[in-house]
Amino acid sequence: MIIFSREQFSELVEHARNSLPNEDCGLLGGTVNDEVKRVEKIYFLTNVDASPEHFSLDAKEQFAAVKDMRAHGWQLLGNFHSHPSSPARPSDEDKRLVFDTNLSYLILSLEQEPTLKSFRFDREKNFAEEEIRTV
Amino acid sequence: MIVKVNGENFSAEKSLNIDELLAAVKADQPEYVTVQLNGEFVERADFPKTFLKDGDEIEFLYFMGGGQLVATDK
Repeated sequence: MIIFSREQFSELVEHARNSLPNEDCGLLGGTVNDEVKRVEKIYFLTNVDASPEHFSLDAKEQFAAVKDMRAHGWQLLGNFHSHPSSPARPSDEDKRLVFDTNLSYLILSLEQEPTLKSFRFDREKNFAEEEIRTV
Repeated sequence: MIVKVNGENFSAEKSLNIDELLAAVKADQPEYVTVQLNGEFVERADFPKTFLKDGDEIEFLYFMGGGQLVATDK
């Protein structure tokens, strides 16, 4: 399970909408207790592809974000990206580019009402949805 | 040799190159990592010839990307 505050969810949606027509992306830092991940900070990173159909996180910003998490005693929980005009489920491209099976992969769909889903992958790229709780 | 790997101390009896270090820390799918050594990016081609020394700080992360190109239910 991964836990967001309502304010964080609103922040995510607003940032993704402001990033249109391109995909938004970033990292999630927070804590893990008994398999429950709690998001403490959303790190909005540059989509170096600047594309409505693809994202790549800026590697330099990735390193800086992870160092900031470490300084706060947080962990890298996962990443997120938006799908401006498709559902909140992994694309073939999303699956192809999953390399770290410890992370949560969140997708925010802006196709209709904003829908946020989280997924976990295994090494064979099979995925399962992970519960998101907003508090 | 003692170096910091992703913020944690790691010791080895001899100097390792970056490929050897990634193997030593059991990095999953090391072919997909991006590496910074003391804050500077290291090209993948240079991993085998970049040997670490005492006090070095090495960070590695996985490339992260994707996109909505084609959604799938599988």
